[in-house]
Amino acid sequence: MAEPIRDPTSRPVSHRGTIFRLIGVTVGMFAFGFLLVPLYDIICDVTGLNGKTGGPYAATGELVEDLDREVTVQFITNNNAGMPWEFRPMVRSVTVNPGKMTTAEFYVRNPVDRTIVAQAVPSVTPFHAAEYFHKTECFCFEQQQLVEGQDLMMPLRFVVDPAIPKNVTTLTLSYTLFDITRDAGSLAAN
Amino acid sequence: MSAVIEEHHDDHHHGPDKGIMRWVLTTNHKDIGTLYLWFSFIMFLTGGVMALVIRAELFQPGLQLVQPEFFNQMTTMHGLIMVFGAVMPAFVGLANWLVPMMIGAPDMALPRMNNFSFWILPFAFAMLLSSLLMEGGAPNFGWTFYAPLSTDYGPPSTTFFIFGVHLMGISSIMGSINVIVTILNLRAPGMTLMKMPLFVWTWLITAYLLIAVMPVLAGVVTMMLMDIHFNTAFFNAGGGGDPVLFQHVFWFFGHPEVYIMILPAFGVVSAIIPTFARKRLFGYDSMVYATASIAFLSFIVWAHHMFTVGIPIAGELYFMYATMLIAVPTGVKVFNWVATMWQGSMTFETPMLFSIAFVILFTIGGFSGLMLAIVPADFQYHDTYFVVAHFHYVLVPGSVFSIMAAVYYWLPKWTGNMYNETLGKTHFWLSFIGVNITFFPQHFTGLAGMPRRIPDYALQFADYNMISSCGAFLFGFSQLLFLFIVIRTIKGGKKATDQVWEGAHGLEWTIPSPAPYHTFSTPPKDLSEAHG
Repeated sequence: MAEPIRDPTSRPVSHRGTIFRLIGVTVGMFAFGFLLVPLYDIICDVTGLNGKTGGPYAATGELVEDLDREVTVQFITNNNAGMPWEFRPMVRSVTVNPGKMTTAEFYVRNPVDRTIVAQAVPSVTPFHAAEYFHKTECFCFEQQQLVEGQDLMMPLRFVVDPAIPKNVTTLTLSYTLFDITRDAGSLAAN
Repeated sequence: MSAVIEEHHDDHHHGPDKGIMRWVLTTNHKDIGTLYLWFSFIMFLTGGVMALVIRAELFQPGLQLVQPEFFNQMTTMHGLIMVFGAVMPAFVGLANWLVPMMIGAPDMALPRMNNFSFWILPFAFAMLLSSLLMEGGAPNFGWTFYAPLSTDYGPPSTTFFIFGVHLMGISSIMGSINVIVTILNLRAPGMTLMKMPLFVWTWLITAYLLIAVMPVLAGVVTMMLMDIHFNTAFFNAGGGGDPVLFQHVFWFFGHPEVYIMILPAFGVVSAIIPTFARKRLFGYDSMVYATASIAFLSFIVWAHHMFTVGIPIAGELYFMYATMLIAVPTGVKVFNWVATMWQGSMTFETPMLFSIAFVILFTIGGFSGLMLAIVPADFQYHDTYFVVAHFHYVLVPGSVFSIMAAVYYWLPKWTGNMYNETLGKTHFWLSFIGVNITFFPQHFTGLAGMPRRIPDYALQFADYNMISSCGAFLFGFSQLLFLFIVIRTIKGGKKATDQVWEGAHGLEWTIPSPAPYHTFSTPPKDLSEAHG
């Protein structure tokens, strides 16, 4: 321990440097707490953890259809608590060849007497397959607004990447529909 | 005695002020330590009453005493008050009393900030407790306040809870900065870091943990505040946020937090066991390195609280192995305590009894922690009473026993009087039996599948719950005996010698008992016995 020892009685010890360093750590860690938010999204995007799917897919090259494999894609719909809409897929599952562009349709209807703005949030299981599920068009990329009694058929166009691991034979795509009427104004402003 | 008082009669700088303003304005580390300890004890009783409401309701299946809504408020407030109001302030109180005396410093480095960091606390907890009287009741989402339960579905009083947490955080951070500056800058000449008593070491590391994670806690409650009031969507999936993010940020704070509550306890026990074994502490250096290792590991294991939310298998494996790694430095510590006692001339005064109980029961809590670290097993144990049993074993006969051991051990130094040994031992045995009757059966109900945080349960759990409730009332009411013993010791009793305990080492035992209002105005020369 080569650290010099100060004699507290000889003259008042200056604590200033130590205090500023420690306050620096405190402020830094407060900022780090907020940094975890974008960090979390980046890690989930890069690794596909948590079943998060990416935004609109732009094919980087021609995807070759793999006619030797079939993958079953199941569709699940959920309403978040307090969301009154009817929400269901038109088909429960489709079996596709990887690389083939496919369209599925989802039906929503607003049965209550007020206008509601909705946002669907997707999630794919198994998680490690999420990054191989590409959506070129999805109602989850935008918000839906329905007045009383209005209904809507919502399209999803997707392609399963041929590079999907061999052990994945079934993908489950789950949508949860959120009522975001309260927040819609401020979100739209962003 | 009176002659001594008259000598200092008109010299204000050598004694405390009179009346209530002494306590409000004090900058003396001993006064502030006392304030912290009394505050902590009041909170301990408050949180304890809430625990007894919980156990009374769970005495039998079915709803007898309270409604489920109120039951949830009790579990939440019990957790928050015990963690932030009882255990943490008690250790800060011990640090205030002991750190300057152990390193030969005249006071804490930043005395006025010290006063401020204490006096924030009564306001923080008044704010938190006042939510019980508000419309919609107190926070009811568990001490972990997971979003969206706390953001979308919490009561209106959640905002008061958030500001309460902010205040507690500010208090802890200021207290920690004070401890670090004191230890780094005010050690007596010649006292190198590796000559410091282990209590000082553990507190130095704890203080660093606190300034690293309390700001993250402040951040997470700030995000909640913004989600609730300013339409942000940190944790709201409908707005692009993610509820799982909450758990990551919370446990990034939460796991180091549990070590914040146990590391100073390690320091206390490392001071007491050598005294009553009449041997020097075995493996001092390895104790320091083990403490530092535990502190480092605490930052990289947080997701073991979240195995069931859905983590990829690689993540589960990593967090499982990293968590199990903590058993290595912890094992080093337990080994060293046992080796210190090995072939020692042991006597079993009350502080030693609490310390030995600490070693045994904390180890049981550590082992159930290892069981919980096993991912496939955790899916069975998660959110059951097994978890409740686990963390109460490390917190009650762990942290709380060490605090009681510390009070018995240093009380003669603080007050100048010996406590009544028979009453002390009675208190120990009542507490020891009470704790085990309360929490041991909860391992069984948990393994059998009883979920935590429920006011009612299936009939098959009835017997163990009844036993557990009986133990809780025994343990709870024994603490009134503790209060009685402490007050009686303050008021009088056999005079303590300066060294108090035959085998005690350390600078605090070289000053008179009771410790004068100002100590080490000139730094001590002889540091040969600075640590046990």
